[in-house]
Amino acid sequence: MTARTVRTATAMALAAVVLAGAPACSAPGDGDGPGGGTDSLTVGVAQEPETLSPLLGYGKEGNSKIFDGLLTHDAKMHLRPALATRLPKVSKDGRTYTYELRKGVTFSNGKPFTAEDVVYTYETILDKKTNNASKGELDAVESVRAQGRHRVVFRLKYPYAAFAERTVLPIASKAVASRTDVNTGSYNTKPVGTGPYMLTSWRKGEKLSFKANPHYWGGKPKVERFTVAVIEDDDVRATRLRSGDLDGAILPPNLAKAYEEDEEKRTFSAKTADYRAVTLPSGNPVTKDKAVRRALDLAVDRKALVKSVLNGAGKPAYGPLPTDSPWFAKGTERPHDLARAKKILGEAGWKPGKDGIRVKDGRRAAFTLWYFSGDKLRQDHALAYASDAKKAGIDVKVQAGSREVVRPKLDHDAMLMGNGFPADPDFDLYPTLHSSQIGDGWNNLAAYHDKTVDKQLDVARRSRDPEVRKNAYDKVQRALAKNPGYTFLTHIDHVYVIDDKWRGLTTQVEPHDHGIGAGPWWNLQDWKPEA
Amino acid sequence: MLRLPTLRPWGRLPAGGWGSRLPKHSNAERARWGAVMRMVGRRLMAAVPILAAVTFGVFAVAAASPFDPVQQYAGAAGLSASQETLDQLRSNLDVDGPFTQRWWDWLTGALSGDLGDSTSLRQPVSQVIGERLGWSVLLCAVGFAFAVLVGTALGVAAARRKGGLLDRTVTSLAYTLEAAPPFWIGLLGIWLFAVRFDVLPAGGLTDSGSDIVTAGALLRHLALPALVLGLSQVPWFLLYVRQGVADALEEDAVRGARARGLAERTVLLQHALRSGLLPLLTLVGSRVPELITGALLVETVFSWPGIASVTVKAATATDFPLLAALTTLATVAVLGGNLLSDLLYGLADPRVALEEM
Repeated sequence: MTARTVRTATAMALAAVVLAGAPACSAPGDGDGPGGGTDSLTVGVAQEPETLSPLLGYGKEGNSKIFDGLLTHDAKMHLRPALATRLPKVSKDGRTYTYELRKGVTFSNGKPFTAEDVVYTYETILDKKTNNASKGELDAVESVRAQGRHRVVFRLKYPYAAFAERTVLPIASKAVASRTDVNTGSYNTKPVGTGPYMLTSWRKGEKLSFKANPHYWGGKPKVERFTVAVIEDDDVRATRLRSGDLDGAILPPNLAKAYEEDEEKRTFSAKTADYRAVTLPSGNPVTKDKAVRRALDLAVDRKALVKSVLNGAGKPAYGPLPTDSPWFAKGTERPHDLARAKKILGEAGWKPGKDGIRVKDGRRAAFTLWYFSGDKLRQDHALAYASDAKKAGIDVKVQAGSREVVRPKLDHDAMLMGNGFPADPDFDLYPTLHSSQIGDGWNNLAAYHDKTVDKQLDVARRSRDPEVRKNAYDKVQRALAKNPGYTFLTHIDHVYVIDDKWRGLTTQVEPHDHGIGAGPWWNLQDWKPEA
Repeated sequence: MLRLPTLRPWGRLPAGGWGSRLPKHSNAERARWGAVMRMVGRRLMAAVPILAAVTFGVFAVAAASPFDPVQQYAGAAGLSASQETLDQLRSNLDVDGPFTQRWWDWLTGALSGDLGDSTSLRQPVSQVIGERLGWSVLLCAVGFAFAVLVGTALGVAAARRKGGLLDRTVTSLAYTLEAAPPFWIGLLGIWLFAVRFDVLPAGGLTDSGSDIVTAGALLRHLALPALVLGLSQVPWFLLYVRQGVADALEEDAVRGARARGLAERTVLLQHALRSGLLPLLTLVGSRVPELITGALLVETVFSWPGIASVTVKAATATDFPLLAALTTLATVAVLGGNLLSDLLYGLADPRVALEEM
């Protein structure tokens, strides 16, 4: 064999490899090049969904594009019928919810939607073998039954006022999904739903592409093509928005500022239920002291936090419920009052020691505050909190760690946590404050235990009378203000920048975990081109 | 620097190259192919314990890892899930039990064609690899070809005048590049070509608004990542070729060629380059690990939908079924690369005894 033969052989092998690789991986889809008009929208988001199957938790807060729930939320977060023809009929004991289903609705594969699909969806999620981490949200469901093809009846284990809010959950197609493995099957990547859009391709880590469903029961959407580009890095996302590759994107407030003067772009600052708070565990002699809790609550300068850490895109938080929520108890706002914080500590016997840190019965007023490593926003919150606490004579040591490192320490140490489910007060207040939730996963991390709070939370979740509920949640918030087992810091706005080409764009009150269902494109199917 | 003395010996010397020395007997060739097959067989046998040890290592690391696969799987939802749900997930995901047992289950499963399911992608592992392997091979092949071509061309040019301006520029550039990590070159490339000049896309396989992979779009999107991956491999090639050719230029055969008054071009390309490239063949295979690490970083930076970027994801999400399969694949690639370069070397140089490799 000569050198030339070797060379030829290598070249041929290389060519064969290249050629063999190419046809094997042609990307599916039927798009036709980038469009600059109003009939297509390309947006950039930071995170991509892990799955597109509702059975594993996709779209559980609504606006899933591919699917519909029995109900849906409007711009003001009021429930509206979707696959149901009207809001559910609830029995007197509050344990039976009956939904009448829309007739003539088909899945995007042409198969009719029936009550069987609803039953299949809920039963599969609740099945022990289904790896859905959010299944606890349907904990109240005892059974779900079809009555004929167009009626579904839910029976609950206990009266649960917020249950209807859960039924925005997307409905999967039994005919398609039941033939696949729920946890790893093709329904996770090739979903079939009744929704306004159909998935045309999903290249993980790069983008998801959708096209309008021409047979959508709500009418074919005007925006025909929708692309969601997954771009983790904020700067790269901003660059691609600037270059025109994207029509819209979620951006951190400081990067969104550059677009405020831009005539062709609009900036949306979406209000949210997304809060950050510090847990003050009852298992720590310092943080369980009501005087320390109240002093910290007064010592922290929330307005300064919003201004410096959030660049103004947010507002002070005094509990899980945002101050502009209709459920918020007016008058429970707490001022920034360092002098009073010091006075409370002094009266409770916490006297300044040599290093300025207060001491009581030989115990220093000091504790550790954890945040998840890599979360810059929580880090900034934690550092600002520690600096405010120091002014009152409380030493907060800020440390970073992974979930595995942090969780075992939280009976004794504090954590900078975040959460927020806007649909109903129960979704945030109950897991965070009810004593039955202590030690249950990551719920009630402060081991908060207050008799009034427990009682009122139970009253509010059982009664369906809005007056009674409002009254109960008022009492919860007032009790929390007296014994603040968490220091609530901020509610964070989510900021979006988008081309000014469409009419009637709005944002909903957004949850903590905001996927592609959040942002101004939450109701993309209703958009109209700017006249 | 050294310049070749222009010797003009009177005697006739072989005109360089090994071709003229090859025995042209068909029997000898048959024996050689037999030796090749025996060597491949030997290597295949040796690969079995290596692969077993490597996968065992992955599962041992998984067991020692401080990360909890259940929390990683549950993601954001895991922070509001009840303990009951988390416990149920744990038993469903089958992440408990001695790791030796799980390794054995995985191994026997893999041998029967079932590579298990990826927890982070909610897909069977075989599907993940099937969808992505092609794109990685394409990227690596183009990048590697670029590195070989550019490295060889510049290496020969530099060797021609060792110490000359071109040589000094190219050599110092090569050392600088060798020190620069590929992701850094990648970010620099994005900044330069995508942001400053806006001539090449910053990432992905197609434009954001388009789904079909057309040849033109693919070429434009492939250019930057392949260039970066290629560039990170160039210095090594260049320096070796430069050294090899420079050494060859001083060999008797080359002197002889010069002595016969052959054109400089012929001497350089036909004689010096040929013998200068020979030692390179053995080392090409050893570059496979470098290429894989390079691809890990490049694919991640450019959102290239290949297996390297998913390896990073699998590692950060503690997705051990996927990680085990990908590690196996990388091991196979490294072993294959070594085998290929040994074979090529053996076939190219008959003095090498394949029986000894």
